[in-house]
Amino acid sequence: MIAVRNLVHQYEGTRALSVAQWEAATGSRWLVLGPSGSGKTTFLHILAGLVRPTAGEVVVERKEIHSLSNAERDRWRGANVGIVLQALHLVPHLSARDNLRLAQYLARVPQQDAAVTSALAALGVGDKAARRPHQLSQGEQQRVAIARAVVNGPKLLLADEPTANLDDAAAARAVDLLITAADRRGATLVIATHDSRVKQHFSNTLQL
Amino acid sequence: MNTASLAASYLRARPLQTALSLLLLALGAGTIVALLLVVGQIEARMGRDARGIDLVVGAKGSPMQLILSGIYHADAPTGNVPLATVELLRKNRMVKRAIPLALGDSWKGYRIVGAPQEYLDLYGVAFASGKSFAGEMEAVLGHDVAARTGAGVGARFAGAHGVGGEGEAHAEAYTVVGVLERTGSVLDRLVLTSIESVWEVHQHQGGKEAEREVTVVLVQYASPLAAAMLPRQINAQSGLQAASPAYETARLFRIVGVGIEALRAFAVVLILAAGLSVFIALYTALEERRYDLAVMRTLGASPARLFGLLLAEGLVLALVGVLLGVALGHGLAAALGVWLEAQQQYPVSGLVFRSEELWVVAVALGVGLAAALVPAWRAYRTDVAGTLSRG
Repeated sequence: MIAVRNLVHQYEGTRALSVAQWEAATGSRWLVLGPSGSGKTTFLHILAGLVRPTAGEVVVERKEIHSLSNAERDRWRGANVGIVLQALHLVPHLSARDNLRLAQYLARVPQQDAAVTSALAALGVGDKAARRPHQLSQGEQQRVAIARAVVNGPKLLLADEPTANLDDAAAARAVDLLITAADRRGATLVIATHDSRVKQHFSNTLQL
Repeated sequence: MNTASLAASYLRARPLQTALSLLLLALGAGTIVALLLVVGQIEARMGRDARGIDLVVGAKGSPMQLILSGIYHADAPTGNVPLATVELLRKNRMVKRAIPLALGDSWKGYRIVGAPQEYLDLYGVAFASGKSFAGEMEAVLGHDVAARTGAGVGARFAGAHGVGGEGEAHAEAYTVVGVLERTGSVLDRLVLTSIESVWEVHQHQGGKEAEREVTVVLVQYASPLAAAMLPRQINAQSGLQAASPAYETARLFRIVGVGIEALRAFAVVLILAAGLSVFIALYTALEERRYDLAVMRTLGASPARLFGLLLAEGLVLALVGVLLGVALGHGLAAALGVWLEAQQQYPVSGLVFRSEELWVVAVALGVGLAAALVPAWRAYRTDVAGTLSRG
């Protein structure tokens, strides 16, 4: 379970993000909605422990992540959080397989090729493992990015505007992939978006 | 995947910048290693050749020429001195040993040295085959001479006048009675015979009484006191001069040393340029890598690991560069050795290792590390949220 209490965060000088109370059950799917600049990305960064909020608590599986030391929080993130970024940001000179190995290495989990192979296969890009990002289509890159986010079996899968710049069919497929990947791992899925096309798949929303 | 392989993957992703850094580092380290090897070996060899010889006495002329011709057999002799000089020196209380040499002839470019048995003992020779010269016109070949000419015990040859190898041939023929084991000294490149045999050859040529001369006398002091007094005594006599090998070789190295120092300074500049190149390569790449670095943070890397990754890139570059440089240095030394051997000069090997090379490796690693420090610090300070929310 993820619980956010009395969260206040001031950023870029004057803007403020505030979430008084939010709870997400383990394995649930959430949409974080709001116009551009409402702090959706920042909220995801706070959930991932990348940004320390001005005030408030973020409790994931009974652990208040911002009271951990910096090093502990980095390790916690590597093992428990998968993040799919809007621009994907695969490491360009590494093959799809090595991008997943990188996730294992940086999270300090055992480097198992079986886990890498099955994560790529589950997202339908098992045969593209040796390709570099520039040798993949946009859709394939997104699948590899999702595979990278889930390869360590995270409890929390975060996605930032996963459907931006995608046509309707691709957007639907992207959301479907994220949901399937999260469900397979039993992970809680939190998607930040301002894309109204995504709403139909989700009953839980948090409006910022 | 580990830090080194990840660092190497980033270096491979920028082949040109990586190659430039490696090239500069390899050239700088290679030059220093080659200098270490060549100068070290020549110094050691010159020291070995002059061991046990405190003073060289010969005809007036350049003292350095006297040393070069009398000990190293690398220059023309200054002239001859009367045989009586040897007796005079042997009677002197300050002289422990006086070994006369008769020089001036050569065979196939190898110098023929007329010498007493004492000269061979000075270098502690052993015979690969045969025995030492005893009778007239018997000769012993140094290891390299026998190996190069293919001559062995029983072979006969005539010496040529002059040390250049192009002089007029003498009528008398020497018979080889022995071949020496390798000594690692100048003896390897000499043809040794008795002084009497050298005189014998020249009696028939010019036919002057003055043939009963020697070219140089190698002197070993009986006491340290001699160093202060004997050279002055000898130099006071007309026609004689005394030269100290220690002093003259030191002087020679001071003269050659300017060139060596210049090369060394050039190599240091190359290594510093390599450091700068590493710094620029890592620093300019940071801009295009900022997303990678931010993503690594999202994947669980601490800032310290990003710092370590950049340091590792500097270190891997430096390590590969300096190893290439060490290989290059040994290759250069070996190539120079081949060339010097063809010139019948000092043999230099590329297969010798010196402990100073470890210092070269250490300095190069230090340069790589220092060059990576600032880029590593910037990687450490990566603003994840800021970078990712911008794109």
